[in-house]
Amino acid sequence: MSEPVLQVKNLKVYYYVEAGAVKAVDDVSFTLDFGVKMGLVGESGSGKSTMAFALMRMIKPPGKIESGQMILDGIDLLKLSEEKMRQTRLRKLAMIPQGAMNALNPVMRIDKQLIDGMLDHGVIMSKEEREARVAQLLEMVDLPPKVAKMYPHELSGGMQQRVTVAQSISMEPDVIIADEPTSALDVVIQRQVMETINRLQQRLGLSIILIGHDMGLMAQSVDRLAVMYAGKMMEIGETHAMFRDPLHPYTRLLIESLPVLENKGVFSGIPGITPSLLNPPEGCVFHTRCPKAWNLCQEATPEFVEIKPGRWVACHLHTA
Amino acid sequence: MRIPLSYVFKRIGFLVAVLFTAATINFLIPKLAPRDPVQELVNQKIASGGLTSQGAAEFRDSLRKLYGLDKPLWQQYLTYIWNTMRFDLGYSIVNYPVRVDFIIGQTVFWTLGFVGTSTILAFLIGTVVGALVGWSKTSKWFSWLMPPLAAFSAVPAFIIALVLIYFLAFKLHAFPLRGGYSATIVKDWSSTEFLLDVAHHAILPALSMLLVSIGGWSLGMRSMMVTVEGQDYITFAEAKGLKGSRIFFRYALRNTLLPQVTSLAMQLGLIVSGASLVETMFSYPGIGNRLGAAIAALDYPVIYGIVFFLVVGIAVATLVVDLLYPLLDPRISYSGG
Repeated sequence: MSEPVLQVKNLKVYYYVEAGAVKAVDDVSFTLDFGVKMGLVGESGSGKSTMAFALMRMIKPPGKIESGQMILDGIDLLKLSEEKMRQTRLRKLAMIPQGAMNALNPVMRIDKQLIDGMLDHGVIMSKEEREARVAQLLEMVDLPPKVAKMYPHELSGGMQQRVTVAQSISMEPDVIIADEPTSALDVVIQRQVMETINRLQQRLGLSIILIGHDMGLMAQSVDRLAVMYAGKMMEIGETHAMFRDPLHPYTRLLIESLPVLENKGVFSGIPGITPSLLNPPEGCVFHTRCPKAWNLCQEATPEFVEIKPGRWVACHLHTA
Repeated sequence: MRIPLSYVFKRIGFLVAVLFTAATINFLIPKLAPRDPVQELVNQKIASGGLTSQGAAEFRDSLRKLYGLDKPLWQQYLTYIWNTMRFDLGYSIVNYPVRVDFIIGQTVFWTLGFVGTSTILAFLIGTVVGALVGWSKTSKWFSWLMPPLAAFSAVPAFIIALVLIYFLAFKLHAFPLRGGYSATIVKDWSSTEFLLDVAHHAILPALSMLLVSIGGWSLGMRSMMVTVEGQDYITFAEAKGLKGSRIFFRYALRNTLLPQVTSLAMQLGLIVSGASLVETMFSYPGIGNRLGAAIAALDYPVIYGIVFFLVVGIAVATLVVDLLYPLLDPRISYSGG
């Protein structure tokens, strides 16, 4: 395929609590290619959002990025100074937040909030240029021009989420991390917002990491899929290939848990609960819930390996 | 945003209702005291040998008649409300024939001067300190300011006033013990010497008010800052790569200022009344001190006049906040309430 825009290598993010270190992201590696939309799925507490904040380098104490590399356009983000990292945000790496209802400053008009990010990245604009840019950004996310002079509380949830999308593309970044951008919206609006994001991706050639837990939404909207469980990466691959032939038992269970129209009323969940990240199980973290676990799974942690081009998995069924 | 007239009228109507209620309570409470100020004044005159017992009775009756105290209570009340509505505050009983509005005019500026200055200063310093302490990206050294500020805010102003008087005025002679200006100086508002003397006298009363209120302002500000810092829009502002200063001023401070400004307006209404004890400690020629003296002598017209004046101050401050707040916070509209 093409060259990678973002490479994450052996990233570890721990939260230090009284009882010890919570391994929210534990030795995660993946690659994101130019112009690709990758979905990152997992149950609550699997480390998806921690992953997003780690990429923005916005992990707050008691959390800490332990080790690893996050290489964006050939630059390791973890080696940047605080000020250089600030300049990288929005310019190269932008975020669409979860729950846009509270993501906008309640006392500032929309146009000001669309522009201030650009001003702080050294973009110099006259008054006319600002107005034109605001109008253009609003148009790109299908919002009427009058939104510019409105306050966040005067907008619906979907409109607010569109404003955050417009902000994230204002500096035309290389990578956008969308942290469950539609989880607070109803399904109709969800679809419209996703369509807007898809169209912008094509138009601007963005690479996107879409975080979520909705496998159905993912199946429709991403090129590649990454599955996380208990802070570890389980499987990565091309979306259709993953749905057609899931390699990891966890991926298979996630796909099977999707409701199917023909089988009315029959749901298969995944029995058991996510293990404590303070004390993850020995061996493979999933073996306590895995229907195909065998003795090796309790003893050795499976390596995360590329078993065919573009397809990675961490499972003894495929690597041992 | 324009302020709708219907909203203004509604608020003014509310203000009138508040004033009327306050005036009624104001009228009744001193009447509950089982004392007779006129009789006390007459007794004083007799004691000082100025009156015979025959003349005393006539003097007492004419005074009662003059102040309407011979009439039934409901008539006194109606007269009082009528006069108050016309802002006719009447004459002092004790200092007859000095008018009450003259007494207010004479004392209010002393109070406004030192309490106003200390309130504004305490608001500014306290807000800045609280914001810096509450914001996690500032130096941790700021948090050392909190315990002493909290301690000062827990001590009443008159205790701090006593301590300041004892050490700075009584022991060190750095400041005068009492009064608004030196007894030996010519009272001339255009002379620098007199103004400096007034300032010198105002420092200790102002300082005791200042020390007490800085703590409250900064504690309130700190907790609001901590709350705001946890909001999603601060996280998202950081994800937008905004400069720290912009996040601090435009995102965090701008949002925490809303409740802070409300408290300031309320506090401005209380300026005059809040300082009575401190004024008494320093024998300061302010309105609070005068009110204290009037209550001691049960000088009805002076009590009514000053208290009504204070109520008007608070009510007008509230009205101003009501009218201005939607301009500060776009989420609040004029239509509701």
